[in-house]
Amino acid sequence: MQKGYFGKFGGMFVPELLMPPLLEIEEAMNTIVPSESFQAEFNSILMDYVGRPSALYRCPNLSERLGFNLWLKREDLNHTGAHKINNALGQGLLCKHMGKSVLLAETGAGMHGVATATAAAMLGLECVVYMGATDVVRQSHNVRRMGLLGATVVPIESGTKTLKDAINAALRRWIADQRTTHYCFGTAAGPHPFPTLVREFQSVISREAKAQFMKKIGRLPDYVVACVGGGSNAIGAFHEFVPHSEVKLVGVEAAGTGEPGCHHSAPLNLGTPGVLHGAMSMLLQTTEGQIEPSHSIAPGLDYPGVGPEHAGLQDSGRAHYGTINDAQAYNAFMTLCRSEGILPAMESSHAVAWVLENAASIPKDSHVMVCLSGRGDKDMDIIEEYEKKFRK
Amino acid sequence: MSILTERIRTANASGRKAVIPYLPGGFPDSDRFWDELAALDAGGADIIEIGVPFSDPVADGPVVEQASLDCLERGVCLAWILSELAKRKGSFKAGLVLMGYYNPFLQYGLEKLGRDCAAAGVSGLIIPDLPLEETGPAAKALEGTGTNLICLVGLNTPKERLEQYAKVAKGFVYFVSVLGTTGVRESLPEEVLAKLAEVRPYFTVPIALGFGIARPEQVAPFGDLIDAVVIGSALIRHIDAHKSAASFMEGWRAGGK
Ligand SMILES: Cc1ncc(COP(=O)(O)O)c(C=O)c1O
Repeated sequence: MQKGYFGKFGGMFVPELLMPPLLEIEEAMNTIVPSESFQAEFNSILMDYVGRPSALYRCPNLSERLGFNLWLKREDLNHTGAHKINNALGQGLLCKHMGKSVLLAETGAGMHGVATATAAAMLGLECVVYMGATDVVRQSHNVRRMGLLGATVVPIESGTKTLKDAINAALRRWIADQRTTHYCFGTAAGPHPFPTLVREFQSVISREAKAQFMKKIGRLPDYVVACVGGGSNAIGAFHEFVPHSEVKLVGVEAAGTGEPGCHHSAPLNLGTPGVLHGAMSMLLQTTEGQIEPSHSIAPGLDYPGVGPEHAGLQDSGRAHYGTINDAQAYNAFMTLCRSEGILPAMESSHAVAWVLENAASIPKDSHVMVCLSGRGDKDMDIIEEYEKKFRK
Repeated sequence: MSILTERIRTANASGRKAVIPYLPGGFPDSDRFWDELAALDAGGADIIEIGVPFSDPVADGPVVEQASLDCLERGVCLAWILSELAKRKGSFKAGLVLMGYYNPFLQYGLEKLGRDCAAAGVSGLIIPDLPLEETGPAAKALEGTGTNLICLVGLNTPKERLEQYAKVAKGFVYFVSVLGTTGVRESLPEEVLAKLAEVRPYFTVPIALGFGIARPEQVAPFGDLIDAVVIGSALIRHIDAHKSAASFMEGWRAGGK
């Protein structure tokens, strides 16, 4: 009877009232998504609108310095500036095929909100975005972008006023509006079928990368490294490589300031198993099962939970999950800016930082792919604030 | 027969709907909670639902969420509720049910939960984020303890799922009156009547109607389609306005025929 498990993790821990719409999406995922017409339409949008395939770029200067090949899968070059658009367009298209007229989304950093607002505008759907009141202030630039794209942004004042509470509020809204509304979940977490559906749409990252590596170097890379918030860019970057055990898969969680006792966003490394937002996964929680607040310099990683497939991949040993703190991420951000002329998102900087911090243990001449999940233009205020505090 | 079924049937036998008030554990504060609980019991509540606070209550509206967060601030937890109930075991006429989200129960340990519910005189658990697909471990842990896992169904529950719930339902079935969260509503949707008529034949256990109910007049139209009513946010508001649980129950005993 149980559905959507990855080992011990996953499932559908939601109110009964959400079961019918979730099962409806599952059905659509299994019938509509694989259909030739859906695939043709989706692929043509990805090519002509998003600008796929995204480049696989070998960083010449850093590769020289590190002694191994550092490759970037350039999701930052996608329309709207991050991997989020792959999923938003996939689900937006599915929403239309299911005969629903409204796309509902939660957003933390605002990137998934912008991507969903974009998909809705392009596909002729209505768009409502739930965003924690704190994030509305922190990410005001993205709030304006969503407004320009015609979306309604609803600030959420309850709880910690961040992503976790935006998800609670969006789930509540969806219970009420399920007949007209598709909940366009932004990451590979939440109840089944979202972890699988989001992975399906983000797997384009590893499908392309695999083909690009075969063409460029005639073999698969040795490492695939990606940052993990909810886990969508990472699962998209991993998926095609999972059966190839020679490819090491590394997910990077945010350690926050890294000081003992401070908040962080590393449930796979420092959390315990539990149920939040519809899935059994690794969580930041008290021993009594209350969810604890998270922190990261990267707003897109600032979440106390993680997608269940990552918990499963960690459990089985197929993937390894490391941590990077705010300072290391900032250094990697600067390094990529100055050495390669690429301004990465703070989220993606965590993945770059893992490679820089672990360079000594990576064999010479290896091929290392980092999923550069987004561009850093959105993070100017965060960088400025960080520099004011720590780099006077 | 389950104690919960028995309490509802007894109320029905005297010509009225069973009344099931919901009070968050530790609300309005850790001492007064026990006074209000006793007042609800003395005031004739047939079953009392005690809320176990959770940081992320997705099935609840703002009133219950705020009450729940306030209780957490004061350090209310499942262990406290169960141990305090165990001390008072046998002092309540009403059947007792805990209503809470899965994670705090899971972290407490499901086996231990089964034992401690029995020791505390808790006859049922309502876990709103535990649909049929995920009930396995909790149902197994509660087997033979006398504590029932209460099923929830609603306006959008299809026939196949009603059939499956009918096979496992014990105590009573909780019918959620709205496609929405907890919280007082002026009126219930028209379609409730028709859906209740459809749902009724599936179940041999009583049906309790909950979510959105504030006044006895709201449930009058449902006649014999329901056996009990659950009232949550309205009671919280009543107590928030410095009125007593006793006066709340008076209103329901008078009007809940
Ligand atoms: C650029 C970027 N990378 C990564 C993430 C993290 O999300 P996920 O773990 O789902 O890829 C976000 C989230 O907002 C993001 O904006």
